[in-house]
Amino acid sequence: MSKATRASFGEAILALADRYPELVILDADLSKSTQTQSFSKKYPHRWFECGIAESNMLGIGAGLALCGKIPFVCSFACFLVGRFETIRVSIGYNQANVRMVGTHCGIGLGEDGYTQMSTEDIACMRSLPHVAVIQPADDRETKQCIEYLMKHKGPAYIRLTRQKVPVVHQDDYKFQFGKADILREGKDVVIIATGGVVGESLKAAHILEKEGIWAQIVNIHTIKPIDKDFLIREAKRVGKFVTVEDHNIHGGLGGAVAEELSCHSPSPLLRIGVEDLYAESGTAEDLYKKYGLDAESIASKTLTFLRSR
Amino acid sequence: MQAKITGNEIKRLQGIARDIRVLIIKMLTEAGSGHPGGSLSIVEILTALYFYQMNHNPQDPNRDPFVLSKGHAVPALYAAFVKAGYLNEEEIYTLRKINSRIQGHPDHVRFPMLETSAGSLGLGLSIAQGMALAAHIDHKNYKVYCLIGDGESQEGQIWEAAMSAPKFKLENLVCILDYNKGQIDGPVEDIMDIEPIAQKWKSFNWNVLEIDGHNLHDIILALNQADHSHGKPTCIIAHTVKGKGVPFMEGVIDWHGKAPSQEEAQRALSEILSHE
Ligand SMILES: Cc1ncc(C[n+]2csc(CCOP(=O)(O)OP(=O)(O)O)c2C)c(N)n1
Repeated sequence: MSKATRASFGEAILALADRYPELVILDADLSKSTQTQSFSKKYPHRWFECGIAESNMLGIGAGLALCGKIPFVCSFACFLVGRFETIRVSIGYNQANVRMVGTHCGIGLGEDGYTQMSTEDIACMRSLPHVAVIQPADDRETKQCIEYLMKHKGPAYIRLTRQKVPVVHQDDYKFQFGKADILREGKDVVIIATGGVVGESLKAAHILEKEGIWAQIVNIHTIKPIDKDFLIREAKRVGKFVTVEDHNIHGGLGGAVAEELSCHSPSPLLRIGVEDLYAESGTAEDLYKKYGLDAESIASKTLTFLRSR
Repeated sequence: MQAKITGNEIKRLQGIARDIRVLIIKMLTEAGSGHPGGSLSIVEILTALYFYQMNHNPQDPNRDPFVLSKGHAVPALYAAFVKAGYLNEEEIYTLRKINSRIQGHPDHVRFPMLETSAGSLGLGLSIAQGMALAAHIDHKNYKVYCLIGDGESQEGQIWEAAMSAPKFKLENLVCILDYNKGQIDGPVEDIMDIEPIAQKWKSFNWNVLEIDGHNLHDIILALNQADHSHGKPTCIIAHTVKGKGVPFMEGVIDWHGKAPSQEEAQRALSEILSHE
């Protein structure tokens, strides 16, 4: 069943709360959106409303983590990363076990327009040493990833969608931190996607198949540390890459893949994403069409890329 | 509230304060850079905290964490660590040098005795609050002490934290303002006046105390009062002198962020030591 990954997060924390008493939740007047309300009602003493003061909330999270708690600090992704100084020093440099939960990521946010979208958050977070950057693709993966984060050491950033995303995993799927997740085998091109656009990439693979192209579809949930071994292996085997993400093409998944490939196994690469611009209001669907993140655009851009090679 | 403190006790503390000043001057001179002004102004505050008030045993999970939000004053804290036996004196001469855990600004990961990293102003009070909140959740009775600067009080996040601590009823949080009246570009009142500062903290619903931040008796009395703050966090506004204890540095803006030369250090040390 398709579901927003933020909704899966809300269910995950509720399911984990009894098993992990260190788990606490912080919000900044967006708990209805970050989906922590059920948790706040069931565990009022472990939920803290910090008001519209995200820097302070992130700092409180750092202090809680330094005293042994596992705080999930929640807001729209853009409002968290906008407080980068606190993230950099109080969370990053301290290596505090804070989980920064950025919801409503990317242009998939939709009608509210650019100020509420985050298309630069992965780039910022990725620049911080030893801060994990994770973006799950569906309900099952989100829940496993949140559970994994109860044991992970060090800070982590989790990027979640406002919009519903389709199921892309089987029932027996096992999330493995730092490992590429191959959803479909193929030999002609490796399409690497993350988060809400993984489903569109799978659809694109079907369109490409009709054109005689066998695309391997890979979900990268752990953008940092990225699965370097996988990239090197596929560079040798397939040698052509496409990245797909709801984020600026600079500094995000495309940036991470480009960095690894160019250093270890230079290969042609097409980066599909928000092309270095400030996006606009619209439905998520209309925006994905206009900015080239829907299945048709992914397929046609991939075709053009392959033909030019 | 009467602090049970004898004249002898005050004498002991004054001796420690003097030793801390000596160490600050020595380590900054050896480092060749750093911040004497704002380190010297917090010496009595640190002395009262580390040698009278706090349980700072690093092995004790119920210890009282100290957050130095104005991280550039960390030489004073390293000196207090030497006096408390957490650091060898030789090691403080690695301050600001390559491969040292004694960083120019506090680094919690390299040196966990420091309860948090700091150096970007305005961040510490939020962290201290998270620590105080953790005590509430776990029903522990430790207190969290956070030291901020007057220039630092111009940062917006300080006031976000000022607003939220009373909401969370953090009676176990004590913010101490080192009101030394100076910052880098000039006097605080010219750069961006923070007055009326006591009223600001009061209006944010804190328990506010105003003291002479170089009078050990006053400081201890205030810390005692903060132990009985009935559901409110406490802000101690400590009036201090930047560069305190070294007459040629006292109140001189220029001594915010430069190390003394060898000759200046000699003069500073003899002045500190002649001051009984
Ligand atoms: C966010 C931030 N901006 C600027 C600086 C550079 N800086 C270091 S110390 C200082 C002045 C601090 O003044 P105050 O808080 O009054 O400290 P004190 O006078 O006690 O040394 C400044 C601007 C900094 N460390 N952090």
